[in-house]
Amino acid sequence: MIRAQDLTKDYGSKRAVDGLSFTVQPGIVTGFLGPNGSGKSTTMRLILGLDAPTRGDVTVNERRYRDHPSPLHEVGALLEARSVHTGRSAYNHLLALAQTHGIPKRRVSELIDLVGLHEVASKRTGGFSLGMGQRLGIAQALLGDPKTVMLDEPVNGLDPEGIHWVRNLLRGLAAEGRTVFVSSHLMTEMALTADHLIVIGKGKLIADTSVDDFVARASQKVVLVRSPELERLRATLEGPGVSFAPAERDALEVHGLTVEQVGEAAADASIVLHGLTPQQASLEEAFMNLTRDELEFATETEKAVA
Amino acid sequence: MSSLAPPVRIPHLDVTGRVAFHRILLSEWTKLRSVRSTKWSLVVGFLLTIAFPVIFSLVTRSHWHSMSARERSGRHPLDIALAGVNVAQLAIAVLGVLLVSAEYSTGSIRSTFTAAPKRLPVLWAKVLDYAVVSLVLIVPAVLVSFFASQAILHTIHPLHISFTQSGVARSVLGGALYVMLVGTFALAIGAIVRNTAGGIAAFAAIFFVLPPLMFVLPQSWNNAISQYLPSEAGRQVFALHHAAHTLRPLTGGLLFAGYCALALAIAAVLLVRRDV
Repeated sequence: MIRAQDLTKDYGSKRAVDGLSFTVQPGIVTGFLGPNGSGKSTTMRLILGLDAPTRGDVTVNERRYRDHPSPLHEVGALLEARSVHTGRSAYNHLLALAQTHGIPKRRVSELIDLVGLHEVASKRTGGFSLGMGQRLGIAQALLGDPKTVMLDEPVNGLDPEGIHWVRNLLRGLAAEGRTVFVSSHLMTEMALTADHLIVIGKGKLIADTSVDDFVARASQKVVLVRSPELERLRATLEGPGVSFAPAERDALEVHGLTVEQVGEAAADASIVLHGLTPQQASLEEAFMNLTRDELEFATETEKAVA
Repeated sequence: MSSLAPPVRIPHLDVTGRVAFHRILLSEWTKLRSVRSTKWSLVVGFLLTIAFPVIFSLVTRSHWHSMSARERSGRHPLDIALAGVNVAQLAIAVLGVLLVSAEYSTGSIRSTFTAAPKRLPVLWAKVLDYAVVSLVLIVPAVLVSFFASQAILHTIHPLHISFTQSGVARSVLGGALYVMLVGTFALAIGAIVRNTAGGIAAFAAIFFVLPPLMFVLPQSWNNAISQYLPSEAGRQVFALHHAAHTLRPLTGGLLFAGYCALALAIAAVLLVRRDV
């Protein structure tokens, strides 16, 4: 379990993570979603104690990471980019890490086989492709058989087969009762893998919701309505959280209401409808809408302040 | 979710070990020996430490008959025997900086501190491993240098020197001790600067640029200050004769060890405080 409370990190005058509070539960896959540069990797570094928070606190399995006597058995992490010496072989890299905890050599070989790096285990990692680097990172994360697994963009650079393998791996880890925390900037990837979503933008928490809710909300509340009395209909539907987008002639796209709500409101006002269709917003669109709203809100606030 | 393939199962680990200093020591040793460039640099450093005295001995012996009395009096067999120390110190210093700075340039420091989040034991383990490795290499190197150069020079009476003669053993082994301390100092600089080029530049500035700069100062100032510089204090450990305006071997050695301790203390404070 990972628990962040008011987690904040400034780099100079730039605020990378801004008052994040969330809990990552065991037994499910939690997706950590946000555009590039939204603070995902920083949050993960804070969780591992590599960077110290400016304010707030984060614990893993009820303790700060650095207070665990056997950290590799608590959390296995794949960090962004490379965290391997390019002149060292994959085997020796993992061996050196294993030795800090007295993990036997046979475990290192086991994991190298598991991630499919057997052939290149004794080669220097400097020559590894991005995909091979990711596989090594995953082996590293699993080295200590950890209760919590945290992976930063694990499918980056993997081929479709590798992506499929990672999805199965994550689901398997969660099914065993482990806490699984995976970051991505791709909503579609998360929809396939995750059960729960933590969405951030500009370092702030935007959503903390189940994937099912997120998908349902994203696809239910856009309705295309066709009517000869569009102006009256528009006036009837107007309200907080409701917005309109122009569609083709005699039609209007209503955001923020369900098909049922639009139909009932039209009937109450005796407005003739020629068509009433729920629109399937794609997940990627929904995600972008969500983050865009957040960004616009931020810009407006800045304007108001200025 | 959409896939029918069975979930990937990772094999379970039946042991649970805690992070301990002796384990970090072993881990750092694995890292030290598993980078090819490190190994080769150490081997080359070892060979050069022996090669220079051997070459200088051969050259001195072949030129001895044509040297003036004045020039002959300037030759000292121990200077020749320990000529390699000057080469070895550079090799050991560059590697010392690299042992830490390469972890930052490659990003492997993040893996290191994830496995050992308390951080400080990593620094102590690196220093200890490196000190042992450099001693294990340089002690035999200086001994071989001494006996090889004497095997070549012993026929020339003024250049004959015995290992049991007063101060000789201390000087020879002191040369190795000096190189070991140089490695420690450089490693600390690497941990402070965290950048290979910057670390090597800082080391070179302190060891090779600062001493000659002192000659720009008035003689009395130079005499007063120079002896306390890290490089000058350290060199007394392997100086056979005590020259004017230099420290005694023990004092110089202790002062140099003090500089190493100070550099390590600064490195330790920064290591704990800074983000990775």
